[in-house]
Amino acid sequence: MNTQEPIYKTDALIAENIEQYLETHQHKTMLRFITCGSVDDGKSTLIGRLLYDSKMIFEDQLATLEADSKRSGTQGEEIDFALLVDGLAAEREQGITIDVAYRFFTTEKRKFIVADTPGHEQYTRNMVTGASTADLAVILIDARKGILTQTRRHSYLVKLLGIRHVVLAVNKMDLVDYSQEVFDKIVSDYTAFAAEIGIETFTPIPISGFKGDNITGPSENTPWYDGVSLLPHLEEVEVEDSREQASPFRMQVQWVNRPNLDFRGFAGLVSSGQVRPGDEVRVLPSGKTSTVARIVALEGDRDLAVAGESITLTLADEIDCSRGQVIVASQSPLEVADQFESTIVWMDEHELLPGRAYWMKIGTQTISATVAEPKYEVNVNTQEHLASKTLDLNAIGVANITTDREIPFAPYDENRDLGGFILIDKITNQTVAAGMLHFALRRAQNVHWQATDITRDNHAEMKNQKPAVLWLTGLSGSGKSTIANIVEKKLARMNRHTFLLDGDNVRHGLNKDLGFTEADRVENIRRVGEVAKLMTDAGLIVITAFISPFRSERDMVRSMMQPGEFVEVFVDTPLEVAESRDVKGLYAKARSGKLKNFTGIDSPYEHPESPELRIDTTEMTPEEAADLIIARLIP
Amino acid sequence: MDSKTLTHLQRLEAESIHIMREVVAEAENPVMLYSVGKDSAVMLHLAKKAFYPAPPPFPLLHVDTTWKFQDMYKLRDKAAKDAGMELLVYQNPEAVERGINPFDHGGLHTDMWKTEGLKQALDKYGFDAAFGGARRDEEKARAKERVFSFRSANHRWDPKNQRPELWRLYNARKAKGESVRVFPISNWTELDIWQYIHLEGIEIVPLYFSAPRPTVVRDGLILMVDDERFPLDGEEPVMRSVRFRTLGCYPLTGAVESEAKTLPDVIQEMLLTTTSERQGRAIDHDQAASMEKKKQEGYF
Repeated sequence: MNTQEPIYKTDALIAENIEQYLETHQHKTMLRFITCGSVDDGKSTLIGRLLYDSKMIFEDQLATLEADSKRSGTQGEEIDFALLVDGLAAEREQGITIDVAYRFFTTEKRKFIVADTPGHEQYTRNMVTGASTADLAVILIDARKGILTQTRRHSYLVKLLGIRHVVLAVNKMDLVDYSQEVFDKIVSDYTAFAAEIGIETFTPIPISGFKGDNITGPSENTPWYDGVSLLPHLEEVEVEDSREQASPFRMQVQWVNRPNLDFRGFAGLVSSGQVRPGDEVRVLPSGKTSTVARIVALEGDRDLAVAGESITLTLADEIDCSRGQVIVASQSPLEVADQFESTIVWMDEHELLPGRAYWMKIGTQTISATVAEPKYEVNVNTQEHLASKTLDLNAIGVANITTDREIPFAPYDENRDLGGFILIDKITNQTVAAGMLHFALRRAQNVHWQATDITRDNHAEMKNQKPAVLWLTGLSGSGKSTIANIVEKKLARMNRHTFLLDGDNVRHGLNKDLGFTEADRVENIRRVGEVAKLMTDAGLIVITAFISPFRSERDMVRSMMQPGEFVEVFVDTPLEVAESRDVKGLYAKARSGKLKNFTGIDSPYEHPESPELRIDTTEMTPEEAADLIIARLIP
Repeated sequence: MDSKTLTHLQRLEAESIHIMREVVAEAENPVMLYSVGKDSAVMLHLAKKAFYPAPPPFPLLHVDTTWKFQDMYKLRDKAAKDAGMELLVYQNPEAVERGINPFDHGGLHTDMWKTEGLKQALDKYGFDAAFGGARRDEEKARAKERVFSFRSANHRWDPKNQRPELWRLYNARKAKGESVRVFPISNWTELDIWQYIHLEGIEIVPLYFSAPRPTVVRDGLILMVDDERFPLDGEEPVMRSVRFRTLGCYPLTGAVESEAKTLPDVIQEMLLTTTSERQGRAIDHDQAASMEKKKQEGYF
């Protein structure tokens, strides 16, 4: 099988001098890498081989492996290393793996963490996840096939995630008679392609994962190759310490440590740079400055902490600083903004809804953010730009993103912690996307909120009323408009200043560019919410009558208003009743297929979970409903 | 500027501490599962570092089977006291009542004491986040588990519905009733654990070190007769110089014959040994995917 003697045998040293061995191993560094390729490229075989050659496989595992190889292996009588790294039972039986698996091995010089992301439909999502923590990527190519579409895809994602070290492993050299010509051709093809997508340097190595050529040391089968072998390269490639530490100090505050009144420590992981007691620092976004007093640790105070370490520090002055804020070197502050251009990788079955508010977690801060319609989507295989109104599962696009407050950040290329983020669905709590901030949009820096002298309180006082939004939601034909109209008339008689925003009317003007897709419905409600907000600022009582079928958008509008000002009124009419009324003939059209995306028929209505008021229209008249609503508003 | 090169242990330590602080910042009622083994010892030590000078702001929970080694109970109580943490011990009352034991009840023993016991304990105290000391290198199914592993309100794990974990960002949001198991030492290997114990001088149960102990051999496993509850079938316990590579219920945990009396000796033996760590646990001997099945049912 393997013609080479493994060079990583350390049994002798372990047996003779364990203390010395431990001493050596305590100074090992760590490298995280990702292997990119499909099962056909021999990726699992390569990883299995690395584990085997670095002696991470025990006898009992080997016995299981031999038995498994005979039962379900694809390599005949030989050991099928791929079986070593396959995982969950159901997947193993189907011969597929659909997730990221992490493998570990160690040599004299380094500990390695391998992110193994097998390729299938979920490839983009999985590979982006695995690549996000990698220092190096091994891109596998089958020597018989050369550069394929998937090679382009892998390379693009490696570049996108900012992995600085790339190895081009031309695998299965044994199946092309160790031909130098084949190898050179692939390297030359890849060089041109790499330059195109911005990968500046890479290390090509001809290997056979199956036979073990050029894995631990030079193979006699490739005398024409005088470059480095795979494992020695992984051991020698420069780790990120010096680059990270050369950048200015940044630490996102994770937790404030307050065991008693005399101690206030700020705990976090140093994202870049170094810090010492006495250093001048600034807290962002507030901009307050202070000096580092101590770096506190269990084993005693420290005089230095560097990028990559989890620390606790105290400041000389009592200044406000809490989770989510960033402590930075005072002379090198971060930019603070609330609008950005970003690249977003969509990871959820349910597509991106531009305008919907998602939670955005960036570093230790979680805020509310909305994504605009993508500027373009990137075809991950060809890197072409495509027009797109949304992003589906595994789609990658460039879009502007707006946060609900200003946040300190750095471009992703400079700092993964301060520029990488995830988006979380507010209802399902699923992680729906990963993204990378590129730069702040000018608008955020230049458009400031104009403080006006006549405040919203003045407006309200002049009208002698408390502003509010009466938000009627329910199916088409439930009676929202009828009830809203009666409410407004009654309030007018009570000398209240009101305004009725009706769904149909708004679509004739403000929202006439919007259709009825899910994304357009989200935007429709967002705009209505903004208008309602301005009107409450003007002191008005706003009555709205919109189907507003999605919980997220209703919650978004609620969050835009002052506490207590948003009154959600669920006009509850069973679908059969609404359909039997069919005042506008819309249900008939929807049932016959002439009208698409109709709520209740082929588009969902999400019931309010805890509305301020629920109106059962099968049990009361519109008049009674209106009285109930007014009673809630003016007790 | 001179840069300081971080070792693999420093990187691992920083990552684990980061994970623990994230949980404390985002969970409402976290707890640390403490099994008294070497992995628990490392996890507890990391927690002390993460929150120093405060004691770790959560209690320790030991889901007890009443069948652990006596030495484990001793260290358990001492370790909690030294850390200044509250220690909660939970025993499944139904298992107590029915006298469930590993000799008469086979698989039911693990199921009732550990799997059911854990669920009951988490429900009783309303913990929404529980730290566990599982490592990804222990077993193939674990290699794919996330650091934050979400459980439904009835504690089931769905391998197809786990959240992607990117960079150092963990999404800890969950609905009411749901909980999360968090594995801060996911990326440590057995060797890392031993090296760290050595480097930091962490106290571990003496059973990890070789000593003459009363033993019998059953089904190829060397078992220690730790107390008078061990039913001897006319067997005479033999004093053997043994130690344990992994610790659990004493009637289910196989010892290895060894002369390793110090930490370097133990590490040396571990490195030269040719069988993997979980070999000594009876629980894994069923079938290839046994761990995955247990996990879906709620076993840690």
